[in-house]
Amino acid sequence: MKKPLATAAALAAVALSLSACGGGTPASSAGEINYWLWDANQLPAYQQCATDFHAANPELTVKITQRGWDDYWSTLTNSFVAGTAPDVFTDHLSKFPDFVARHQLLPLDDAVKNDKIDTKQFIPGLADLWVGQDGKRYGLPKDWDTVGLFYNKSMTKAAGLSDAHMAQLSWNPDDGGTYEKAIAHLTVDKNGKRGDEAGFDKTKVAVYGLGLAGSGSGQGQTEWSFLTGTTGWTHTDKNPWGSKYNYDDPKFQKTIAWWASLADKGYMPRLETTVGASVADTFGAGKAAINTNGDWMIGQYSGYKGVQVGIAPTPTGVDGKRSSMFNGLADSISAATKNPAGATKWVEYLASPQCQDVVAGKAVVFPAIKSSSELAAKAFAAKGTDVSAFTQQVKDGTTFLFPITDNAAKIDAIMKPAMDAVVSGKAPASSLTDANSQVNALFAK
Amino acid sequence: MATTEIPARSQAAAPARAPRKRGKSDLATALVFITPAVVGFIVFYLVPTIRGLYLSFTNYNLFGSPVWIGLTNYIKIVQDKLFWNAMAVTGEYVVLNIAFQTVFALGLALLMYHVAKSTIVRGVLLLPYLVANVIVALLWFWMLDYQIGIVNQVIEWLGLPRVAFFGSGTWAIPTIAFINVWRHMGYTALLLFAGLQAIPRNVYEVAALDGAGAWKTFWKITMPLLRPVMVLVLVVTVIGSFQIFDTVAVTTNGGPVNASRVIQLYIYQKAFTEQDFGYASALSVILFAILGVVAFLQMKFLRGNESELG
Repeated sequence: MKKPLATAAALAAVALSLSACGGGTPASSAGEINYWLWDANQLPAYQQCATDFHAANPELTVKITQRGWDDYWSTLTNSFVAGTAPDVFTDHLSKFPDFVARHQLLPLDDAVKNDKIDTKQFIPGLADLWVGQDGKRYGLPKDWDTVGLFYNKSMTKAAGLSDAHMAQLSWNPDDGGTYEKAIAHLTVDKNGKRGDEAGFDKTKVAVYGLGLAGSGSGQGQTEWSFLTGTTGWTHTDKNPWGSKYNYDDPKFQKTIAWWASLADKGYMPRLETTVGASVADTFGAGKAAINTNGDWMIGQYSGYKGVQVGIAPTPTGVDGKRSSMFNGLADSISAATKNPAGATKWVEYLASPQCQDVVAGKAVVFPAIKSSSELAAKAFAAKGTDVSAFTQQVKDGTTFLFPITDNAAKIDAIMKPAMDAVVSGKAPASSLTDANSQVNALFAK
Repeated sequence: MATTEIPARSQAAAPARAPRKRGKSDLATALVFITPAVVGFIVFYLVPTIRGLYLSFTNYNLFGSPVWIGLTNYIKIVQDKLFWNAMAVTGEYVVLNIAFQTVFALGLALLMYHVAKSTIVRGVLLLPYLVANVIVALLWFWMLDYQIGIVNQVIEWLGLPRVAFFGSGTWAIPTIAFINVWRHMGYTALLLFAGLQAIPRNVYEVAALDGAGAWKTFWKITMPLLRPVMVLVLVVTVIGSFQIFDTVAVTTNGGPVNASRVIQLYIYQKAFTEQDFGYASALSVILFAILGVVAFLQMKFLRGNESELG
């Protein structure tokens, strides 16, 4: 009996990889499942899930491969072409439309229906992000993230800024509001003069008020989207599946111009100085007082020796409210998997409370399941980290979704240099209008 | 290597003993020795080149099959500002890289020939070349980091302002060119050193008898007689230089803005990030043509196949 089954499975796999589309019931689910992820901080949590999964399903073994973000996507794409793709992989909202368009993902609708996966157990909105334009579901949510302000407590204390003050900052694109005032006050030059004092030397800054990770390309997830989000601006005409970007909007360009002006004023490092060491490490080295970053970085920021980290929500903006991009990751199945049944089982396990509670317990990210997410908040609290700055945005409904459109890779190729040019002061913010027409031309085809 | 050498020698000796045996049997033996190289050439060079040439006339996104679109890719390339930018950036890199590398390598070769006769010293000069490209790039990337790099620390101690070696549009390409000069000059020096050793000593003795000084000997004897080797070195290093990729990919990835987006990186990004394989193939064909022309001009004008000794 075994041989014909294996042959059938092999044939099914060949048929699958040839037609490169979903469907087909596999004959067997035994074997090894290859699973890829990019965040090294989350590896121990998922290794635990894999071990538990193997204990419950002895015929299946999960082999996890971790690769840094930069290598992850090109390796993944090439592996699709070469036929060496993992069975299951961690997927990102900016990437999955391209994969769907090329028929590289297995739809999960049958699995959700047959195995009665309750998509309501996830935080509202997360599950629907992974439904493609064809109406099929291509991922089950694993976690979510928002953006907040990480700040160096001894620096804010020395500057006379209380934690309560840091949590109440407000911003506008004209004078930057109390957000810019705090950034200016936290900036210190080599002579000990603060950014808002007379005689401040912006060419010899010892500590920048605000750290800079990069220009944020077309999304600005942790860099500027929490500001533009308060101005009523949205990345695209509709989300998900917009077909027109709005980088030509004066509201957007004004915000970016204000942000880039911080570097001119000496409150933020120049873009050219940020190539190399990561923004978080620079923060850890005491060279910046505030960093805007995502909740998946909590572990990194709290891990620096001798640095006491405070976390504040992003400032309230033009509309008087806060704003944060709401992004979520999911696990997707490669269409070329040789073991769709086993892969589906693993994805369902990853999206189950059993695994997400394990992830929650490690206090590295917020799992997608509501109850697991609450567990994670408790786990963070037990470690002495107050994560309300991140959860508050979800509770208050001040989040907006990550822009999901086609052509993400090509948009990035246009927007990265364009935004770099503006943030480094080589081009005015109005130059983004030209970039925007290039981006929108991609959708005209 | 050893196994191919021994029969080759016995074959070379064979005609001397029995000259009539030349002909068919030699051809068969020759084919045996040539076949592996020919197969390698066909499988790894000829077929991919022809396929690349074909793909350059198609729209191909890796998934699905290529669609013939004629010259569209080439027309787009001519109008592509990023392509011209990439050519200018690559040109700047090649000029800086080759000029400094060749001068330093020649200097090192002369030192090896006249001064540093110890094998250890000569070996040490080769060390950077023995380290993998990516490691060299990462090493310098960290040492030249703006915030935490040791080089900037030293610059600051000297009372000078820090330099954003990789972050500044002005410095990115010179920095990358310098890194590769550092890595390759020992190897290039070794090639030139071999060339120097091939120059007959008696030519120098005659020059010395005629009362030529060191400077005059260098320009009138060494340089002309070194020319065939120098041309070979230039052809090889210029072609290699045009293909700069790894150092850029590991450090700036084309930035800031487009300041270090060299042609090979642009081809790679078009092919593997944007999945525009047809367009990337067309770019590769253009690079191939440029390199062919450059090599031809070098051979022609530097008369690389002739020697003054002849």
